Amino acid sequence: MNRAEQVSRAAGTTAGQDKAEQTDILVIGSGFGGAIAAYHLAAGGAKVTVLERGPWLSSDEFEHDFKLGASSTRVIDFVAGDGMSVLSGNCVGGGSVVYFATMPRAPRFVFERHGSIGRRMWPAAISRDTLDPWYDRVAEALPVSMQSWGEVTYPGGLWAAACDHAGWTANPSPVAIDTAKCTNCNWMMAGCRFDAKRSLLLNYLPAAVSYGAQIRPLHEVQFLSRTGDGGYRAHYNIIDDEDYRVTAGQGTIEAKLVVLAAGTAATPVILQRSEAALGPMPPATGRYFSGNGERLNTAAMDEDKVRSVLGLSRPGGQAYAANQIGRGPSVATWDRLDGSLPEYSRFSLEQLYFPPGLGTILAQAPGAAGPTWFGLDKKQFVQDWDSWLTIFTMSEDDNEGVFGPPPPTGNAVRISQQMLGRGSLRYEPTVNTRRGWNEADAAVKDILERDGLARVAPWTNDVVGAYTVHPLSSCRIGDDPATSALDDRHELRGHPGIFVTDGSAVPGALTVNPAMTIAALAERAIPGIVAAARQRGLDVSYGAPSPDGETNGRRGVVSFTPNPLSE
Amino acid sequence: MESEHPDRYRDRTVTLEAFADVIVPGKKRSPDDRAVAGATPGPGAVAAGAIELLEEPATGIADGLDNYARDLNERARAYAEQCGVPLDDSVPPFVALSFADRTALVQVLTAPDNPEKELWVLLALFANMAFDTAAHMHTADAIAAGHPGLTAMGFAKPDPDGLWRFEDYSYGRQLARIHPATTPSGSPA
Repeated sequence: MNRAEQVSRAAGTTAGQDKAEQTDILVIGSGFGGAIAAYHLAAGGAKVTVLERGPWLSSDEFEHDFKLGASSTRVIDFVAGDGMSVLSGNCVGGGSVVYFATMPRAPRFVFERHGSIGRRMWPAAISRDTLDPWYDRVAEALPVSMQSWGEVTYPGGLWAAACDHAGWTANPSPVAIDTAKCTNCNWMMAGCRFDAKRSLLLNYLPAAVSYGAQIRPLHEVQFLSRTGDGGYRAHYNIIDDEDYRVTAGQGTIEAKLVVLAAGTAATPVILQRSEAALGPMPPATGRYFSGNGERLNTAAMDEDKVRSVLGLSRPGGQAYAANQIGRGPSVATWDRLDGSLPEYSRFSLEQLYFPPGLGTILAQAPGAAGPTWFGLDKKQFVQDWDSWLTIFTMSEDDNEGVFGPPPPTGNAVRISQQMLGRGSLRYEPTVNTRRGWNEADAAVKDILERDGLARVAPWTNDVVGAYTVHPLSSCRIGDDPATSALDDRHELRGHPGIFVTDGSAVPGALTVNPAMTIAALAERAIPGIVAAARQRGLDVSYGAPSPDGETNGRRGVVSFTPNPLSE
Repeated sequence: MESEHPDRYRDRTVTLEAFADVIVPGKKRSPDDRAVAGATPGPGAVAAGAIELLEEPATGIADGLDNYARDLNERARAYAEQCGVPLDDSVPPFVALSFADRTALVQVLTAPDNPEKELWVLLALFANMAFDTAAHMHTADAIAAGHPGLTAMGFAKPDPDGLWRFEDYSYGRQLARIHPATTPSGSPA
């Protein structure tokens, strides 16, 4: 959709409204949590309206371009906090448009974690076994598939070889990528130009639209209030399509039920801002934020050693020199995903690509005598960029993030026209979190510096704090009202009819990429949302097939749903 | 700004250039270049377009560059007094500092314990991005023009349609044992 069409669509929803617009179910956000809900509820017969704060781009608008204002800055937000910075999607499709489409299921021990509360923090109703049928639904819908070794990229292959050399195993990651369409351009964070990445723009969202769901881009919900009939009214700003700091209009829309899926970094902020109208929020709202224990190390490989020690070479004669080639991550080692290890010592180490800018600034020059992230040594390090190998740690943190008072609008005070903002999140890593990072750093160093393969250093946390591309848990599910804002059906405690289905609902760090788990939890929440909608008088049913019509996944969840499914 | 106060604009520019040169150092553009210290061979952030990027309205800091230059020079004057470093009055104080002193001051300004750290980090980020991403230009144009940063990094050229494709992308063989507890769907158990 071009910009003129977006502005037209946005403006058309507010002009001259004396009476608030009505819909059955309002979905706030269009990432995994929003898109999955929108699809099932629209397919089940409800009138569904989706408000998305970011723009709506189609494949031909995803650009290979770092220029400010290109899709690389239009669709992603970088919100700096106090001790933690968060990257997240800001567009129709949410995180799925900017993600790397790596879709492992969370290991079994994750669901048994105690974290910072000293007892199991997941709801008793959820384990890996009970979530697997919902994982299956997502795997069918996107779909998710295994990569063969022949599809593993050079950086992934190099990481595998280095792991093997050090006695570690390594796995090609399950992905939501059509590798036959993929050009290995590594522009995934700007949106996939080739429809190879199976973002929500290719499955749940078009299916939702086909059932009548309306998706409105550039609509940023600020807060919720109550209607007289037990429903909710969303108050939104319309965002300028180029300068996101500018409000182009305002409006309201009323619904009998709300699915809040604005993203981990925005959902609790909307709820905080709603307290004046709705009354107190559960104490865990905006608390227990997790950065998924994330951490990065970047190595400069010694090309000669890659050839002589690992025996690798490319057809053109190079041993590696392929940092730019690929599709984000493709190989991870799961040797430390061992449930018998103590909590905070379990992590995965995944090869990753970050584009320059976000992927270069925080990298520290190994062994620098002076400043590590800028200056003489850093420049020398950056000149080895094509021999870089970046390794991504996902570990167990302590849910130590807390959101402060909300900014005037949105979830950040925007600094730049797009992408860069300052948020209210505070995060001071505990000794537990630091232990996981230190053990992961040591493992990466052991693997990559063995026999002189590389020089490696972790990214600095001194510049923008820690950082995460997988924010979680700021409004989480659980059985304990003191430490979870949502019950195990994702309903906001004390505010019936508000369901939260995004990453904020995940109880804690997952030690792997979380999109698959966020999506599976959203799928699992749908029958309960349908039941709540029916109690509110909406004629909606559960039982839609996969977005492309497949029915295996639906059959797999029959025993978990309250109503018989019709084939 | 430039037409109304050319001297102030010139001073602002050389001050910001000197800051950007600390972030990604480069060679002098000419023998009498004062802003770029020439601490390393090859072009740095200034040659890569740091000032052009900082002056882009999209950054959100273009309107604050006067204040940045003023504050940077105030900090430089205080640093010089504290360290007993004489300053050449013919250039702004930050420019008058040696490369080592500029670097030491930027380390102080961007250190975690500086309450104003965020402001200086922001300036450093954009200076860095001028070199690493040429974010003031379309990337394909920047590469065609031989952009110093992208060239130094070895960033590949796009296809004629301005898009990147890598047909040769895989070693094509198994390079490690997979984890014994991998599930049939390819996930950790």
